[in-house]
Amino acid sequence: MKRVAIQAEDFDVGAELAALEALGGGGVASFTGVVRGGDGLVALELEQYPAMTQAQVGRIVDEAMGRWPLLGVSVIHRFGRLEPGARIVFVGTAARHRTAALESCAFLIDWMKSDAPFWKKEHFAGGATQWVAARDEDAVKAQGWDS
Amino acid sequence: MAMLSIVYFAWVREAIGRDEEQVERPGPGMTVADLVTMLAARGGGYAEALGDPTRLRAAVDQRFVPMDSLIGDAKEVALFPPVTGG
Repeated sequence: MKRVAIQAEDFDVGAELAALEALGGGGVASFTGVVRGGDGLVALELEQYPAMTQAQVGRIVDEAMGRWPLLGVSVIHRFGRLEPGARIVFVGTAARHRTAALESCAFLIDWMKSDAPFWKKEHFAGGATQWVAARDEDAVKAQGWDS
Repeated sequence: MAMLSIVYFAWVREAIGRDEEQVERPGPGMTVADLVTMLAARGGGYAEALGDPTRLRAAVDQRFVPMDSLIGDAKEVALFPPVTGG
């Protein structure tokens, strides 16, 4: 199973996990990214490159499926305006054994951060805005899987 | 006349004030970096957005590429800051 969804709408984590659990493997791992509150943040705006996103995320999923013996992968990434506490991204993996599920899940979220065409803009109380700067450590983490 | 689409995202888009434009297709030897230099020379928001290529990343026909890549007969070049999804 390979599922890639790029959408404005929220998603149902329970339903996504149930679909992965139904594949007959012994383990399902997942990561859910949530808009972090604090510092007066009122919303996070996620911009994407619509003509590229679906295919690029599909390539990242293909890379994971080539590296680990996976029964299924689901990746969902939202775009648009999201408030603190809102889900942004979901990565779920199913495999016969836990190591493949856990490692591929970590790989996928690291690569989503460094290789999927999304940009975050922070909106603060009072109207100030700021584009989130890419963190060097995210690129380092993604490159760490190259060895 | 063959045209090349250029698309902009995030603060590059905001500084330039548009998300897309068409230019005449450049010659066969032109790289993405050459295109960035040519656009930055327009001044104003272009210079602000594109004046420091080390802050930019690029895609050609929806694939990430290094700045020294040839544009060739591509249909679309995208210019944007390093991605921050996930």
